[in-house]
Amino acid sequence: MMNQKKKLAVVGAGMVAHRLVEAMVERGADEAWDIEVFGDETRPPYDRVALTSFFSDRDPEDLLLGDGELWKRPGVRLYRGSIVSGIDREAKQIHARNTTFDYDRLVLATGSYATVPPVEGSDLPGCFVYRTVDDVAELRAWVLDREAVLGRKVKGAVVGGGLLGLEAAGALTALGADTTVVEFADWLMPLQVDQAGGGALRRIIEQLGVSVRTSTATSKLRAGRDGKVTRMQFADGDKIPADVVVFATGVRPRDELAREAGLELGERGGVLADEACLTSDDSIFAIGEVAHIAGRVWGLVGPGYSMAEVVADRLLGGDATFEGADLSTKLKLLGVDVASFGDAFAATNGSLEVVYADPTAGVYKKLVMSDDAQTLLGGMLVGDASAYTNLRPMVGRALGSDPTAWLLPEGMEPPSGSSLPDDANVCSCNNVTAGTIRGAVTDHQCTDIAAVKQCTKAGTSCGSCVSLVKKLMETQMAEEGLEVSTALCEHFSVTRAQLFDIVRVSEISTFSELIEKHGTGRGCDICRPVVASILGSLGKGHVLEGENATLQDTNDHVMANLQKDGTYSVVPRIPGGEVTPAGLIAIGQVASDFGLYTKITGGQRIDLFGARIEQLPEIWKRLVDAGFESGHAYGKSLRTVKSCVGQSWCRYGVQDSTTLAIDLELRYRGLRSPHKLKLAVSGCARECAEARGKDVGIIATDKGWNLYVGGNGGFTPRHAQLFAEDLSTEELVRAIDRFLMYYIRTADRLQRTAPWLESIEGGIDAVRAVVFDDSLGIAADLDAAMAAHVDTYEDEWAATLADEKKLLRFASFVNAPETPDPDLVYVEERGQRRPADDEERAVLIAGASIPVRDAEVTV
Amino acid sequence: MTEWQRVCELEALVPDRGAAALVGGHQVALFRLSDSGEVHAVDHLDPFSQANVMARGLVGSRKGVPTVASPMHKQSFDLRTGQCLDDPEVSLQVWPTRVADGWVEVQVVARSRAA
Ligand code: SRM
Ligand SMILES: Cc1cc2nc3c(=O)[nH]c(=O)nc-3n(C[C@H](O)[C@H](O)[C@H](O)COP(=O)(O)OP(=O)(O)OC[C@H]3O[C@@H](n4cnc5c(N)ncnc54)[C@H](O)[C@@H]3O)c2cc1C
Ligand code: SF4
Ligand code: FES
Repeated sequence: MMNQKKKLAVVGAGMVAHRLVEAMVERGADEAWDIEVFGDETRPPYDRVALTSFFSDRDPEDLLLGDGELWKRPGVRLYRGSIVSGIDREAKQIHARNTTFDYDRLVLATGSYATVPPVEGSDLPGCFVYRTVDDVAELRAWVLDREAVLGRKVKGAVVGGGLLGLEAAGALTALGADTTVVEFADWLMPLQVDQAGGGALRRIIEQLGVSVRTSTATSKLRAGRDGKVTRMQFADGDKIPADVVVFATGVRPRDELAREAGLELGERGGVLADEACLTSDDSIFAIGEVAHIAGRVWGLVGPGYSMAEVVADRLLGGDATFEGADLSTKLKLLGVDVASFGDAFAATNGSLEVVYADPTAGVYKKLVMSDDAQTLLGGMLVGDASAYTNLRPMVGRALGSDPTAWLLPEGMEPPSGSSLPDDANVCSCNNVTAGTIRGAVTDHQCTDIAAVKQCTKAGTSCGSCVSLVKKLMETQMAEEGLEVSTALCEHFSVTRAQLFDIVRVSEISTFSELIEKHGTGRGCDICRPVVASILGSLGKGHVLEGENATLQDTNDHVMANLQKDGTYSVVPRIPGGEVTPAGLIAIGQVASDFGLYTKITGGQRIDLFGARIEQLPEIWKRLVDAGFESGHAYGKSLRTVKSCVGQSWCRYGVQDSTTLAIDLELRYRGLRSPHKLKLAVSGCARECAEARGKDVGIIATDKGWNLYVGGNGGFTPRHAQLFAEDLSTEELVRAIDRFLMYYIRTADRLQRTAPWLESIEGGIDAVRAVVFDDSLGIAADLDAAMAAHVDTYEDEWAATLADEKKLLRFASFVNAPETPDPDLVYVEERGQRRPADDEERAVLIAGASIPVRDAEVTV
Repeated sequence: MTEWQRVCELEALVPDRGAAALVGGHQVALFRLSDSGEVHAVDHLDPFSQANVMARGLVGSRKGVPTVASPMHKQSFDLRTGQCLDDPEVSLQVWPTRVADGWVEVQVVARSRAA
């Protein structure tokens, strides 16, 4: 039988096309439709909104939308690098890749292109627009190359002081260029904020070292002798040097295909479509930035996503409509908050404006209220947009209290999760209401933020709504009687962070006292090691001291790593991976004398496997005598600081990465934490130490060190994110001290730094504020805690060897302390031994006379 | 026939921390609990991993039941009955114990195990 599926062709593979296909698949529409998507970019759809993060997070792969599985489904095809050159509406065909494709329904999702004003010289080499990953990659390469050729800072000019222009200015500044923003209007971001707001914005941006020229028209660009752009000239005759120019003067819908095919267009461009997103041809839809619906084109992703949902519904026979959308925006430009929402310009008759301005702090806030001062109509926030998340869903509703209170620096108590009505839009990017989030808890059993995000898509685009989403989820869970389970385990009803504080501020230094006062029962394999770790972080005694010993997992208890057969592995610390030949020989000699399997680890050191419990002290005595100390391969604590060879030998190295790695490893060795900690230091941007895969990664620059945090390998790999740039060694160490201590205090049990950063309110920015601006006033405390750790560190193994009583723990049997476990069986492989597997055991134990297979042994 | 084997002095057992012992050719895990003062003995062999490690597990409680958790993959067992609390099909053999003259004694019983 012939395939009965109908054909859907989608032109344009951008953000909105992606959402359309995703929505189709979610609703099972791919059963009835074969979907073909054509995009002229070479990448699968990516997050254009986050384009600027490409500068701090340089892997374009990180920007891709979804996990890529979407494009591998049967019935879904993505043609990348394929421009659609024409539509034949008669034949219902489109032309691409020198061939024609049939369609039953066609969706235009071609987005916009960046416009370039008619300025002489705007096509000179060195002039860019800011729309695609390729634009940004070329811009970056250009700036770095010019800097190298000119041997000085690059001069950058951005034409356009709107949302995109300021993003571009941020990007240029991040690349180290001296940047000037040129705006034709009288103030910056004229579409989002009023003159006073624009003025506040300008002051903040100028303080960041970006020059601003408003009321200025660019008239000409001049090339130097090498043919590359070098100077920008203004209509008033003034000129400035410019080695790179970015045009961010606006976007225009890419409606040329529709125009040629004779579809109706809006007056100022855009493919005219009705509230079903249908164009003047009822087989063709238009969605996203190319569509002109309800009287306008919509230049934000949120409305585009709503249109995608409408079309998915229509293709399944539904009757969803698009009737306009929220054009609120919040962004962080050059680290400055700007938000604008609802009727920000007070266009409503009789509306009142409530303004709060603090020029010294660089803050300007305005609320637009209805004539009776009761209902919030809109507003704008410059410099501090923390109230945005809570205010935006209140648009059209009574604020219920003195509106000025919302504008004060401390902000008002935000509406608690339960006071927000079900239909209030919480996530404007993805159009998710408070009711939907509550439903995720009640109907879909979501009980953590990750599940709610996945289920509702709230918070998955710009991320500005996440804190509110979380609050709603938690309130709903509490209402359902669901425990917002922050309890550590059945014995302690508090979180690890709370327990940490209890121990820190109280005099308690034993588990029994802690559980008696703050818990119940005898504890378990969850809370005992947590308490051990907390006591360890706070320097309350040797891990094997007194009662502490009963809290330790076997790894911590015997200071080695348990293996599958009950023996242990031994890992001496090799700071930064640097070891002398004599050290190597000493380790080799120990391994050889005790018959230990030897392997180089993934952490730049050596692991010796197969040590029996009663052998550990003897082995360690030899290692300590040879100058080694515990490597803490066991325990939740610092593992390794991986290094690259760096400046000392490498022809590219710009700093001494090995010395720094060693210093850091010695500084943080033995530091007990919620999970293990890994660091790395690379001597240049080639990144041979894979620092961005570590909890703390450091990459040398010619000015100092760039610090990255929150990297993880393991089950869910994450790249570390840029935390601070060009730090001196001293600044770097202080920043790491505080970062680690803050993590140790506040993270959950077994939470690595990446999920911790995600879980913390305000995310990485909040942590940055704690570390660099002392926003919580605890910096001195954190510094003191780390200093105490550094001062009191002692090698656990050396201390154990010096204490007869502690050595008793290494007896194999209490009544036969030196008798080896008689059940251990080994076979040889590649010249070393390893534990025998079940089959080999059967043979070796029973003797060679028993057949290898079907051996049935009864003991 | 019941036979008691003297294993070690009570003081040699650290409260809430296990110790392995050889009893009549079997590997046994002994636990002295801090609150009740009781001494429990169960198999040292972890039935899940087949490694002799139970004495190195963490002692604790679950809903009032005294437990030990395997150090290998963390399954918990009732120290009094040997029953695994995470898998009803699995249990540890329990060995009667008593304290006489400050010495811990374990009753030697025939081991019933099919491989
Ligand atoms: C020995 C080693 C493998 C090797 O043969 O090279 C190893 C072995 C173990 N790893 Fe690993 N990991 C080793 C490098 C790594 C790396 C690579 C690295 O560090 O560059 C990673 C990924 C990077 C990362 O951690 O982000 C890694 C990710 C893990 C994870 C997953 C952590 C996560 O965040 O998801 C675990 C499980 C855990 O810790 O909960 C783990 C756990 C373990 C444990 C401790 C499992 C256990 O409890 O028995 C293994 C026992 C170590 C032993 O017996 O000595 N190991 N492990 C490596 C020791 C490095 C060292 O010198 O200390
Ligand atoms: C730097 C930057 C920051 C932004 N920040 C925000 C923000 O904070 N909030 C917000 O809401 N919005 C923001 N936007 C706007 C947002 O990115 C767009 O609204 C959104 O991408 C529109 O989606 P779309 O699918 O309609 O168009 P696009 O994402 O542009 O996708 C259209 C795709 O179609 C392709 N195409 C066009 N013609 C053809 C053809 N003939 N054949 C094949 N393929 C074709 C294009 O190459 C493109 O890949 C930002 C945009 C930029 C550039
Ligand atoms: S993941 Fe691999 S290296 Fe890590 S513990 Fe397991 S087997 Fe060993
Ligand atoms: S508002 Fe942007 S992700 Fe929710």
